Amino acid sequence: MPRRAHVQTTLNGEEIDFLCEPRQSLLEVLRDELNLTGTKEGCNNGNCGACSVLMDGRVVNSCCVLGVEAEGAAVTTIEGVAEGETLHPLQQCFLEEAALQCGVCTPGFIVAAKALLDSEPDADEGRVRHWLAGNLCRCTGYDKIVRAVLKASEMEEVTA
Amino acid sequence: MTTTEKPDYKVIGTRPIRPDGVEKVTGKALYGADIHLPDLVQGAVLRSPHAHARIVSIDTSAAEAMPGVLAVVTHNDLPVVSNKVMDMGEGISTASDMSKNVMAADKALYRGHAIAGVAATNVHDALTAIEAIKVEYEVLPPVLNVQDAMREDAPLLDESRHTKTPAGELSDNASNVAAHNRFEGGDLEAAYAEADIVVEREFDTKMVHQGYIEPHNGTANWNSDGTLTVWTSTQGAFAVRSALSELLQLPVSRVRVIPMEIGGGFGGKIGLYLEPVAALLSRKCGRPVQLTMDRTDVFQATGPTSGGHMKGKLAVKDGKITAAEVSLAFEAGAFPGSPVMAGAMCMLSPYEVENFKVDAYDVVVNKPKVAAYRAPGAPNAAFCVEQLIDEVARETGTDPLQFRLNNSASEGSRMITGVAHPRIGHEETVEAAASSDHYQSPIEGPNRGRGVASGFWFNAGMQSSVIASVNPDGTVNLIEGSTDIGGTRASLAMQLAETLGIEYDSIRPTVADTDAVGHNDVTGGSRTTYASGQAVYEAGLDVQQQLVARAAQLWECEAEDIEYADGGLRHTSDSEKTMTFAEIAGKQMETGGPIQGRGTVMARTPGAAYGVHVVDVEVDPDTGKVDILRYTIAQDVGTAVHPAYVEGQMQGGVVQGIGWALNEEYYYGEDGRMENASFLDYRMPTSLDLPMIDTIIVEVPNPGHPFGVRGVGEVPIVPPLAAIANAVHDATGHRFTELPISPRQVVEELHNLQ
Repeated sequence: MPRRAHVQTTLNGEEIDFLCEPRQSLLEVLRDELNLTGTKEGCNNGNCGACSVLMDGRVVNSCCVLGVEAEGAAVTTIEGVAEGETLHPLQQCFLEEAALQCGVCTPGFIVAAKALLDSEPDADEGRVRHWLAGNLCRCTGYDKIVRAVLKASEMEEVTA
Repeated sequence: MTTTEKPDYKVIGTRPIRPDGVEKVTGKALYGADIHLPDLVQGAVLRSPHAHARIVSIDTSAAEAMPGVLAVVTHNDLPVVSNKVMDMGEGISTASDMSKNVMAADKALYRGHAIAGVAATNVHDALTAIEAIKVEYEVLPPVLNVQDAMREDAPLLDESRHTKTPAGELSDNASNVAAHNRFEGGDLEAAYAEADIVVEREFDTKMVHQGYIEPHNGTANWNSDGTLTVWTSTQGAFAVRSALSELLQLPVSRVRVIPMEIGGGFGGKIGLYLEPVAALLSRKCGRPVQLTMDRTDVFQATGPTSGGHMKGKLAVKDGKITAAEVSLAFEAGAFPGSPVMAGAMCMLSPYEVENFKVDAYDVVVNKPKVAAYRAPGAPNAAFCVEQLIDEVARETGTDPLQFRLNNSASEGSRMITGVAHPRIGHEETVEAAASSDHYQSPIEGPNRGRGVASGFWFNAGMQSSVIASVNPDGTVNLIEGSTDIGGTRASLAMQLAETLGIEYDSIRPTVADTDAVGHNDVTGGSRTTYASGQAVYEAGLDVQQQLVARAAQLWECEAEDIEYADGGLRHTSDSEKTMTFAEIAGKQMETGGPIQGRGTVMARTPGAAYGVHVVDVEVDPDTGKVDILRYTIAQDVGTAVHPAYVEGQMQGGVVQGIGWALNEEYYYGEDGRMENASFLDYRMPTSLDLPMIDTIIVEVPNPGHPFGVRGVGEVPIVPPLAAIANAVHDATGHRFTELPISPRQVVEELHNLQ
């Protein structure tokens, strides 16, 4: 077995450490070592965005980041988006606007959209469509996803 | 837009949040690959690098000796099975073909065909081990399209296959054509002789994939007592159970299938790929085994839908279609079973056509065995017929929607199968599209055009069963067995709430495993909200009847004196005696014990669906790129149970159709290797490629359903291919007869015209 590296990171606001092989992706570490299966694998080569997580506030495809690269970083996954029982406005709007069907791309979309609204709370439809072009959804045709993100951007919690 | 007065529903027609919603937006919902079991090990599958090859020998000894490897299996580990026909719900195959597709027997029939499976303590060891399996192949020339496959001197995928002819006999010579069927009626030659206009064209489409975001997965635990438990993301747990029972020769009762959440299916997650391999590996190593596909495997080794070649001819006299002659040849992939018959039976169903001849050829080629894909067969066939309709409408100088209205089928019109339509909504749907703001607005500007097309899909009925358990606090647990891919927990709970006259939030639906509820056919054929909804209605009536009997006990009267209405009970002649649903639910113990309603249906009146689409495009003559400027769908849904989810089905289907029309294709090299087996190169539409998709819900209630529901999910993918081709023709004056209408295709064809 390849020698495992010791990695210290901040995951969803909590300081943790884990062991991983150098060849393991962050996606594999999250899902298989840390049992955080909310982050999904759709393609494992950076084309679908289902595995989107935030690293130091930037959206990354966790399948294209090595687990060891999380050393010293702050990682946010879908499990860290809601605050306790209070859903993030994006999560609430995805439910209200019927922006999910099968739901497997949903964690990636919500994480990616959060990064957009965190930095550009006034994003318009064109900007939302451009920003989310790295996330594939095969069920919805994107219409209701775009509407949900625009609705969330108008909610006080996000614009404040 | 409602065409008849709708009953005063309280829950149906509202837009509540789905019961599984919070789990899905917080990442807590468990999909097939998310399951972690004690002692679980991982596996990998070795796949053929050749599109067509005889397997001379397989040596697994080196792989078996590698560190971490626990078991290796090949086709020889599968029991010998018969040619028994296996109807999986949306696609028919034989047990023998299914077994050979799970792992190749004597021949590899497509690149990616599974050869062997390995279980190891971790996935990396399993992946290393499959490379140590030595397979000797005798490479054979592949056949990669229907025209090549149908040639008399074509290499044969199976030397023992003969064509089943329209007369039901087998052809003398062996052939790649598995079946030729024909529908005939009237007098074609007389119609041609009298026609004002006759148009004739040939069309080609490529193989395309459903493109669900979640790859296939299967986890199996074979217990030493001979019972098998399987966790999988499937459209039909019961279909998986019956297929596993057949392929592994186990009694049905010994196989338990636990349906996990499913990340999209569209017809592609009905067949079996990994589950039997995981089961055999688990039996060999005595531990639960999990297999998952990567995206390349999903493209190369699951079931896309057919490409094919089509020839169509239409005759028109005095503005009426007088004859239609269409020949369809569809790729089945490596084993027979393309959706060519469904395409043949759908494509003329929006119209009245008296004289017709339709030929349908099911052709095997060295590509993956096709699976169902949303209204299987119908979009390809509509690509042919709806372009011919556009052409004759133009030649007669008639508005294309008016032409469709003038020729529309209606109640009593006969389809080419001879079956008469019940109440259908094609005319209403054409009228809705014609009066839309979109169609009423002019399209202006250079290189822009507008296209329309109609689409038809039968919708399926089939079997469903549900259990409704009434809780003492007045809530109800609804146990159902239909996989929820897009909100059917909600649409079924809504129908039970409506039947019982109680709040939607009082119903808690659960999708149960195959041990916990009666048989349910697949979530496919747009059947779940319709057929399982009918079962839910039956279960609701059963509960009502039991509640009435309990009240009769309490009130010491006859059941006939009690009426169930508005979510409660009342004595018909004593207005003092009333009880709410919650009140009587709370008196179960003192009136005889638990109240449980059952509903089982063999649904036979699904109510066909029609969609009419309007699309505006702009074609860039320099780059060949086609942009969708505006898109409007009008669709008859019978009754929209949850209008937002209905709109979502319409929008999603259209966008898959847009991808199929403009970009998507299996791109093969001459060696039979798919050269674009990734989401980078197999380019599905992104949010940036699209405008909002406007929807017009038309409601012509299905007389065969208690709430008038028709299936919704499939028909929206039928018109887009033709509608977009018609729009591109309107923009460029050139008719594109080959899909996809990609930038390369557009530039080449427009350049050749100059």
